[in-house]
Amino acid sequence: MANEITHGDAGVPRRDFLLLAAGALGAVGVVSTIWPFIDSLEPAADTIAAGAPIDVDLAPVKPGQQITVVWRGRPIFILRRTPDELKELQSPSDTTLLRDPNSEVDQQPEYAQNWHRSINPEFLVVVGICTHLGCIPMFEPRGSALMDASWPGGYFCPCHGSKYDLSARVFAGVPAPYNLPVPPYNFTAKDRITIGENPKGSDWDFSSVEQI
Amino acid sequence: MAPPGPGAANGRITRWIDYRLPFVKVMHHELYEYPTPRNLSYWWNFGSLAGAMLVIMIVTGIFLAMYYTPNADLAFDSVERIMRDVNYGWLLRYIHMNGASMFFIVVYIHIFRGLYYGSYKYPRELLWMLGVVILLLMMATAFMGYVLPWGQMSYWGATVITNLFSAIPGVGHDIVTLLWGGYVVGNPTLNRFFSLHYLLPFVIVAVVGLHLIALHTHGSNNPLGIDHKGPGDTIPFHPYYTVKDSFGLAVFLLIYAVIVFYAPNFLGDPQNYIPANPLQTPPDIVPEWYFLPFYAILRSVPNKLFGVILLFSAIGVLFILPWLDTSPVRSAKFRPVYKKIFWLLVIDVLALGWVGAHPPEGIVVTVGRIATFYYFLHFLVLFPLIGKLERPRPLPLSIGAAVLGGGSVPVAERG
Repeated sequence: MANEITHGDAGVPRRDFLLLAAGALGAVGVVSTIWPFIDSLEPAADTIAAGAPIDVDLAPVKPGQQITVVWRGRPIFILRRTPDELKELQSPSDTTLLRDPNSEVDQQPEYAQNWHRSINPEFLVVVGICTHLGCIPMFEPRGSALMDASWPGGYFCPCHGSKYDLSARVFAGVPAPYNLPVPPYNFTAKDRITIGENPKGSDWDFSSVEQI
Repeated sequence: MAPPGPGAANGRITRWIDYRLPFVKVMHHELYEYPTPRNLSYWWNFGSLAGAMLVIMIVTGIFLAMYYTPNADLAFDSVERIMRDVNYGWLLRYIHMNGASMFFIVVYIHIFRGLYYGSYKYPRELLWMLGVVILLLMMATAFMGYVLPWGQMSYWGATVITNLFSAIPGVGHDIVTLLWGGYVVGNPTLNRFFSLHYLLPFVIVAVVGLHLIALHTHGSNNPLGIDHKGPGDTIPFHPYYTVKDSFGLAVFLLIYAVIVFYAPNFLGDPQNYIPANPLQTPPDIVPEWYFLPFYAILRSVPNKLFGVILLFSAIGVLFILPWLDTSPVRSAKFRPVYKKIFWLLVIDVLALGWVGAHPPEGIVVTVGRIATFYYFLHFLVLFPLIGKLERPRPLPLSIGAAVLGGGSVPVAERG
């Protein structure tokens, strides 16, 4: 067999080339065979379809009241804050206790990166899932029997004791690392919002948040 | 034809089979004449008890799966139907549910026995590491099994534990989405957990097979921790240890039956009899008791990523234990310092269990942090250090000499 001692152009022995070529093609085959299995674990088309935007009427929500709606299987907290509460959110006695008072971590769209973490200061819209391990924090207004006297009002997670203020900003020294995320939403009327849709001009991607 | 081993069955049919598949021969060799140290105490029963538990769990699980429905809308009701309508369904489920607890009790005692008598040391390092693999597989199986009834604690336990993976930098979110198959823990999650919960026990069976092959390569360790050197040190497995294992199994099943029949919900959380509600967190999310020490370690760290790393490291240190322990002596019987320190680890793990069961406030947090610190100190510092500093007592010449007494020089020298 004369072929046995023939060498390739680059001096690579023929057998090495065959081995590499077969190996590379085999690897491509293995990866492309595994891929459907991995991808089948991703959310299915109907699961994604069930995550379409929802409309919420804010008119019935009274000042100081919080409602919970469901979007993509997650609880969305909508809190209508009173003028007093809004004043408190800007006071240094509140903000110095926070881990990220200026919302620098990407936990909200750019249109909610402000002290009130919302479009309209009066209405807070956040995903009600603790950034520690995914429990649902409880709304505890000032004077709640569960909290001590200095509690300024906000959210308290019963699982591991994480606390958030009325802008859902996390306090320092609790297990949760980040503020509660703000979902994409926009005002379609004065007291009507669509959750899951950015205002015109924004193409913010919800999956870009640091932590849900 | 190869001559059959001494004492092996010699019937024509047996010989015909053995010539083609040496089943009888191997069984005879590994279960009958298998030379076993003559001094094994009852602490050596827990390996076979764990094997019995694995069989019980698989058998009851197969029958439960014939009635269980892995669908988020139907799962809870299907479990209640098993409890109320299926003939003896309550018994199958209570055996299976409490079986998880009994399995972990047995395995934890088995592990602590290995720690006390140095069973992880040369030449049993792989035997030990395979055991740790089995423990990890058991934890994954138990966790996913607990999700299946789709009660409040199922749902929220699944949420908390799957969220642990989101702490991994970069790929965390993608991994969590793959675990969930949706935007939150939901029906797709339940489906895949059921699939894996059915699969993993058979993976455990395979690893147990490797564990046994490794065990039978060098034989069991023993309370003296010295190698068996000859026929005077060993006795055949049958009838001596088949009888001892059977007696232990009978006592164990008695205790197990008392729990199943008289206190079947003692170890469970009543919250799990409330159907899963994604919009309401239970007042206190607590895992099953067998995860409490690890849960305590997770919660002792105020930083999420670091807490998760410590949680996994708590098991990880077991993998490298054969190399952390520098002492050439296996059994704590001959290690005066380690013998005392061992109990500190037992107390430490019990303390972590207590911490994990209570809300993280005040003294609980402090105890949790100290106990977590000590856990890692014990493995990473004390094990290497004591092995170097401690002066072990002299070892007996042989198992036979130590057990039978009569002119055992080293025992007399010990004074």
